Amino acid sequence: MNGPIPYLWLIPLLPLAGFAINGLYGLITQRVRERKPNRYLVATLACGLVLAAFVLGLAACYELAQLPAEERSVEQLVFHWIQGGDVATTGYGAGAVAPGTVPFQVEWAILLDPLSAVMLLVVTGVGLLIHVFAIGYMWADTGFYRFFSYMNLFMFAMLVLVLGNNYLMMFLGWEGVGFCSYALIGFYFHKQSAGDAGKKAFVVNRVGDYGFIVGVLLLFATFGTFNYGRLAGLVKDLPAEAHFGILSAITLLFFIGACGKSAQIPLYVWLPDAMEGPTPVSALIHAATMVTAGVYMVTRSNFLFTRAPVSLELVGFVGVTTALAAALMALFQRDIKRVLAYSTVSQLGYMFAALGAAAFAAGIMHLMTHAFFKALLFLGAGSIIHALHHEQDLQHMGNLRRHMPLTFATMLMAYLAICGIFPFSGFFSKDEILWRSFASGHYVFYGIGLAAAGLTAFYMTRLMVLTFFSTERITPEAKHHLHESPAVMTVPLVVLAVLSVVGGWIGLPAWLGANTFEHWLEPVFRYAIRPEAPHFSHGFEFAMAMGSVAVAAIGIGLAYLVYQRRGVVPDQEMTWGRLWQALYHKFYIDELYDALIIRPCKGLGNLLAAFDLSVIDGFVNGTAAATRGSATVSGWFDKYVVDGLVNLQAWIVQNVSGVLRRLQTGVAPNYALAIVLGIVILSCLYIFR
Amino acid sequence: MEILGIPILNAVTYLPLIGLVVILLVPRGRDTLIKWIANITGFLGFLVSIPLILNWDSPAVTAQMKHGMRYVIDVPWIHSIGARYMFGIDGISLLLVLLTTLLGFVAILSSWSAITVRVKEYYVYMLLLQTGMLGVFMATDFFLFYVFWEVMLVPMYFLIGVWGGERKLYAAIKFFLYTLLGSVVMLLAILALYFKYIAVYGWENRTFSYFRFLEMGLDPSFQFWAFLAFFLAFAIKVPMFPFHTWLPDAHVEAPTAGSVILAGVLLKMGTYGFVRFSMPLFPQATREFTPWLMVLCIIGVIYGALVAMMQKDMKKLVAYSSVSHLGFTMLGVFAATQIGIQGGVIQMINHGISTGALFMIVGIVYERRHTRLIAEYGGLSHHMPIYATIFLIMTLSSIGLPGLNGFIGEFMILQGTFQVPELRVWAILAASGIVLGAAYMLWLFQRVMFGKCEKEENRRMKDLNLREVCTFVPLIILAVWIGIFPSFWLRYLDAPAKAVVERMQLTGRTISAQVVTPAVPPAPTAPAAAAGPAVPAE
Repeated sequence: MNGPIPYLWLIPLLPLAGFAINGLYGLITQRVRERKPNRYLVATLACGLVLAAFVLGLAACYELAQLPAEERSVEQLVFHWIQGGDVATTGYGAGAVAPGTVPFQVEWAILLDPLSAVMLLVVTGVGLLIHVFAIGYMWADTGFYRFFSYMNLFMFAMLVLVLGNNYLMMFLGWEGVGFCSYALIGFYFHKQSAGDAGKKAFVVNRVGDYGFIVGVLLLFATFGTFNYGRLAGLVKDLPAEAHFGILSAITLLFFIGACGKSAQIPLYVWLPDAMEGPTPVSALIHAATMVTAGVYMVTRSNFLFTRAPVSLELVGFVGVTTALAAALMALFQRDIKRVLAYSTVSQLGYMFAALGAAAFAAGIMHLMTHAFFKALLFLGAGSIIHALHHEQDLQHMGNLRRHMPLTFATMLMAYLAICGIFPFSGFFSKDEILWRSFASGHYVFYGIGLAAAGLTAFYMTRLMVLTFFSTERITPEAKHHLHESPAVMTVPLVVLAVLSVVGGWIGLPAWLGANTFEHWLEPVFRYAIRPEAPHFSHGFEFAMAMGSVAVAAIGIGLAYLVYQRRGVVPDQEMTWGRLWQALYHKFYIDELYDALIIRPCKGLGNLLAAFDLSVIDGFVNGTAAATRGSATVSGWFDKYVVDGLVNLQAWIVQNVSGVLRRLQTGVAPNYALAIVLGIVILSCLYIFR
Repeated sequence: MEILGIPILNAVTYLPLIGLVVILLVPRGRDTLIKWIANITGFLGFLVSIPLILNWDSPAVTAQMKHGMRYVIDVPWIHSIGARYMFGIDGISLLLVLLTTLLGFVAILSSWSAITVRVKEYYVYMLLLQTGMLGVFMATDFFLFYVFWEVMLVPMYFLIGVWGGERKLYAAIKFFLYTLLGSVVMLLAILALYFKYIAVYGWENRTFSYFRFLEMGLDPSFQFWAFLAFFLAFAIKVPMFPFHTWLPDAHVEAPTAGSVILAGVLLKMGTYGFVRFSMPLFPQATREFTPWLMVLCIIGVIYGALVAMMQKDMKKLVAYSSVSHLGFTMLGVFAATQIGIQGGVIQMINHGISTGALFMIVGIVYERRHTRLIAEYGGLSHHMPIYATIFLIMTLSSIGLPGLNGFIGEFMILQGTFQVPELRVWAILAASGIVLGAAYMLWLFQRVMFGKCEKEENRRMKDLNLREVCTFVPLIILAVWIGIFPSFWLRYLDAPAKAVVERMQLTGRTISAQVVTPAVPPAPTAPAAAAGPAVPAE
């Protein structure tokens, strides 16, 4: 292959090979040869290929970093994907982008720039750790090979999503990860709830994709290319749209897609249900990577979004609203994974809040640190669930730190990170977001974000206390199984714990040092329009940071008082009345959607099916009946009228002839008499004329 | 291009008839032998069609191109009325011919254990049907076209009526009468064209040739009525709303292979008819009708999807999904842009692949359990993993997952429609089909494959055997191939799509201006070298 980094195309291909080999091998061994697939073989292949992708990714990123900053955008054409006929484009603005006719061509090409490099390393790195963890977690499962082949397929799709150089490749990865998510949520397909959750995830995502795809259509019909680089080149000299224009429409449609994939209001409903999947899936797909695709997409489209202020404001608004609402919903969930799921929704809201303030680097940084600590939290939860023999209810946990010290210690790091305690990674990324919101004048967003940070600290403390401290409420059956997880599961936890601590240090705030991370990403945003940030003193920034730590501390303190000091357990929360009801039932949004969308849709379907049967087919069958009826009538007419006439003639002939026949008696004297009579009559006529 | 001295299009079309004759010679009761002959014929039929694509760009073939058609055969046939025996294919027909030969083979293979009564007659009808369908896609003389159009109707009638389900007679008669109604009206339009041509060029130049008709300038009112007549025939065949109700009945009652052929190929005759005949012959009328056609397409997309969602019978669900998918196809075609048409045609192929496969998938469990009710199944994934895998792939192909074939067609259709500013709103409405499609297909998949396997009969069901896997393998390969390397196939559609678009841009006046004046009649077409001694047309 061509280009300065010739092996780029291999990176997504490696996990794809793992999918194909493991899938076929497993299917054939299990069904045709009726043996169990060798788990060592499956695991080695699946993890080995992800490791290889990670190593190649590291090498590629190293090579990328060697290039001068302005050249850090390496494209590699792998093949031409779709080549069709000509498409007429409308152009944009008053001749700023000229209308014309372009061939419909979509490349299969890889783009490695600072942004995709970050995503590449997060996806393959965290992905690798979770793959390794899953070896231990899924070891006893009969679908071991199925699990790993889908996980590898997911890695492939995710890598295509982040490495593609155009929106259609992004869409391919986008739908691909959506499918893998569907398949893995429904992994325990014998459970009705798992199947339902998978379907819900896919269909809700499709609603978002509907927006995305219409956005892509509009984009191509306007500009005539899907390629990021070429698009940026076309719009780079354009000013931001003063009113709602085509760019606003495109970005808004894109954002609908982002809302679906990244579980933002109003399309977040699928993510909590997605916890039906095995826990490593929740960690990889529904926390660390796939759900951040929307954030990546908006960041990738920064040159479009910053030219559509309406959309960008909306992104920020939806982000903070989601951050707050999801944090509220997380407060009193009883299922440990559901708490984390709502937490993920909330944290994703933070990322969008950052994007809304055009602080793309801050959003991506939070994406990265969140990938570390949330993956760790999920894996830790998985470790607990594994140890308690599939117990997920917080009611039946407690005091686990004595039994699972390593899980506890690592989760503690992630906990401190998500609460935003200095100097853990989450502090730097979350604080950067809050600060940027404030600095760009979004004071309301800042306030909501701060409140959500307090709530986050509260529900996370509740989770930690109820699992690791408090009283021991483990069921006897689970107690029997209780054990610390094996090394294959704890080693990834330790690595992630280290990352959760140090992950934020590459993006230090101004009062502490240099933000290397932002500097690294800077070339990606060179065509964005960003407002000049007002200058604040380092002291002020520092004070603000301490303020957010203080809010977190209040949340922690409150939760500590309630759940540790007073020893409240989830069962007791149920007596808290309406507020608890509303929060526990997630504001009844699912019920609302069911009543407003799903049922009317099904009702309409039934109605139309009935219409088909009664009206349209009624008409068809009516025509047939009418034809049959008229046939009967004409048959009757034929029989009685037409044939009647014929028969009448015959009858007349017959009867007349019957009379006439009597004349032909054949007796000579009769004839003689007739002759004589005739002569007499004729003679009389002649004589008396 | 010849095979054993026979022009290749004749070889492809009539090879099934040879198998048919051989089967007729086999004594009744030798079922296995009959099956083998039919399968071998089907496979050979597919093999014989492959050189079509291999030699597509060879100089010998391109040199003999006429009117954009390759492998042309043109010999006098019925002199008294001017009908000629004219065969020829362009890229659109090529893909459809290949789809037909492949699906024909696959359908025959899938019938091996499904058909137990009147085996001999069954395969005779299948092979006859095959010849009829291939002829339709190749004929460029309207008389010949009409003959094949009717030829394929009869075997299908018997396939549904004899080997069908409980309401087979109702379904068979409905199918037959519906289609016949359309074709009779079409025949009238063909005759109108014929006499119109004679009125312009004189009796001695009488012809049914499609290319001759193209040269006529048709006034708008003639176009209007002729378009409507063709529309009725093709819209019933597609089927477009509201002419679709024969389809669910025919599909539900037809034997599996019948459904595969019906969905995979027969419906494409309608869509093919629009692209090949209606649009180029009546460009102005098509443009005038476009808003109405778009409405019907959109109704088809959404209505079909919603009705499909609520079906209790698996086959009926897939049948209604066809209504939805073909609404999509027609949308792209009627958008009359290059990639709209390309997308529409590639979507015809995709629909043949994925829906054909889905009918076989339903057929497989029907053969084992003798029921198609969704509620009777559940949890099949436990005991039939290979079946589950294939079902999943075809479900994804059907709902247009990128990387598989359905996406390419859908996206090109949408982009092709969207690029025309007046049609944008239709593209946006149609795109909602991608949400509904996912909903009904995944729900079907969930109800059949997921959950606990509670019924004892379901637990005893066997996974696919080797023959059954073989019926799916070519379809899966194609689904991935079109999904990843669509350019390979789209290439063949470039020129024909462009030709239709250019034709659509002509107005009545420019068409007449193109025409050679009546004083100089068009030169009679010289018969292809391969087609026997040169005989003048007149």
